[in-house]
Amino acid sequence: MKPTVIKGRVWMLTDDKGRRLDDVDTDMIYHNRYLTVTDPEDMKRYAFSNLPGWEDFPKKAVPGDILIVGRNFGAGSSRQHAVDCFIALGISAIVGESFGAIYKRNAINSGWPLLEAPGVFDTDLKTGDVVEIDLKRGEIKREGELLIRAKPFSRVQMDIYQAGDLFAYAKTSTKASPPPRSGQGRNG
Amino acid sequence: MPMTVVEKIMAAHSGKKSVSAGDILWIDVDARTARDFGGPNVVKHLKKNFEPPYVADPKRTFFTFDLSTPARTIKYAISQHLLKEFAKETGVAVFDVDEGIGTHVLIEKGIVRPGDVAVGTDSHYNILGAVGAFGQGMGDKDIAFAFKTGRIWFEVPPTMKIKVEGAYSWPATARDLTFAVMREVGSSGALGRAIEYTGDAVERLSLDGRITLASQTTEMGGIVGFIPLNGEVRRFLEERSGQRVKEVLPDNDAEYVDELSVEVVGLEPLVAAPPSPTNVKSVSELEGMEIDSVFVGSCTEGRYENLLQVARVLKGKKVKKGVTFKITPATKEVWARAIRDGLVDIFLKAGAVVFSNPGCGGCAEGMAGLVGEGEVELSTTNRNFPGKQGPGKVYLVSAATAAASAVKGYLTGAW
Ligand code: SF4
Repeated sequence: MKPTVIKGRVWMLTDDKGRRLDDVDTDMIYHNRYLTVTDPEDMKRYAFSNLPGWEDFPKKAVPGDILIVGRNFGAGSSRQHAVDCFIALGISAIVGESFGAIYKRNAINSGWPLLEAPGVFDTDLKTGDVVEIDLKRGEIKREGELLIRAKPFSRVQMDIYQAGDLFAYAKTSTKASPPPRSGQGRNG
Repeated sequence: MPMTVVEKIMAAHSGKKSVSAGDILWIDVDARTARDFGGPNVVKHLKKNFEPPYVADPKRTFFTFDLSTPARTIKYAISQHLLKEFAKETGVAVFDVDEGIGTHVLIEKGIVRPGDVAVGTDSHYNILGAVGAFGQGMGDKDIAFAFKTGRIWFEVPPTMKIKVEGAYSWPATARDLTFAVMREVGSSGALGRAIEYTGDAVERLSLDGRITLASQTTEMGGIVGFIPLNGEVRRFLEERSGQRVKEVLPDNDAEYVDELSVEVVGLEPLVAAPPSPTNVKSVSELEGMEIDSVFVGSCTEGRYENLLQVARVLKGKKVKKGVTFKITPATKEVWARAIRDGLVDIFLKAGAVVFSNPGCGGCAEGMAGLVGEGEVELSTTNRNFPGKQGPGKVYLVSAATAAASAVKGYLTGAW
């Protein structure tokens, strides 16, 4: 079983004046120049390489760190690299005000912990703080105190996270779980 | 708990009594498809990650060759061949290059019925809302998973209601009604939402008109747009599927995040000017703009009704010299009927008309020609983003407006 409580140091995604960055799209996260890269070691070097002020993030981030982002993070294209570059860096979870729909899908399918916590930027959380995130309960705590609630992991998200990714889940689901109920929902 | 249409469909397909917006669920899929574009990646994922059997239920799994029909580049030839080989190995059915646009074929063959769930590698899969089914376009990983397990996960979207009321008459058509809705909703007004349409104007739409309306859900940011059946559509679907249709209707007190209403009384022909499908103006505002070519077809306006509209305009007339007129029927069925009923004869007599075999035509892969630098095209497709159909400018219009304008050589709603 993978841990359902994750502890780590946070990065608040803000501009140089400390203001929350909204609508950060997949091109700012991972520029299309590097789409041909497939090696994770390479991929991680380009995380945020197109987001002014954040180009050196891959050098500063340490495995286990947690990323806290603003509204509509990951809008734009469906590129998987925009998720994979953070996984390669060892970022242990991402918490956001809200996410682009495809980004969210890609993150969940990759078994990468993603939580929606509207209002997380209204707390006094700052870069460098250490938080504990309970994926099951959707609680984000600092020094044992509840800071804000996030939407807890759904069953689906937990299944995929525990299996590793969507494909790993498919292997367990066809072996361990009952076979797909395909067609039963069909009316008539 | 009272439920909306999408909530009811998702509850039925996840084995739950009741679900609500925001729930993430495993849902069973009634039909899954991959196209000649995304298909090879689906196969790659399956072979890389799994052992046979790669496909949970080959009878409900399809490849649809609709983008390049027949294969126009070596890349497509290789892709289509690869998919055929995989189909032989697994028993998956192939709708070959002669069949037409995948979603339309699913409707015509009665494979997808009201209340069903279907997914495919096509961002306009939500067209299936035209027959009250939940259709969804997805990435190649999700579709590979659906091939393998027969399931997908989905977050139940909130629902908005759009009421469309009023009577209008020719030359305004369902396409203009659709533009009127898009003008109201905008490019992100339905973002992440399901839509339920109501109102007498929607009720009167034919199946072909419903397909036109449903096909633009994506361009308003929507997940799916459901249109309640009328008698004619119900009869068609029962005849095609050979089964009684059970429509999924919302509960009376279901919860909606938003309610909009659009008036289409006396609707006039509309046009979406570059750079976006929601940049809607009335044709009379741009009347007289010179054009170089027109394209009629795509999953939006490639139905028989649309070809009939073109024929109605072109009958006994000539396409203006210098204007190229391209028509691609959506499916083989539409194509055959247009030949049988003499429409093609009318097109040929009008001159300058290319009538190509079924598929996506000029929409994505330039199968029915692209738009050159400096060229102005009137097109019945659903997107006019810069560069999508070539460097020229694309204005979206109804099939009727496209034909009337081709005769004059400039944009006009009069015929
Ligand atoms: S006609 Fe265009 S938008 Fe419609 S399915 Fe084909 S490629 Fe997609």
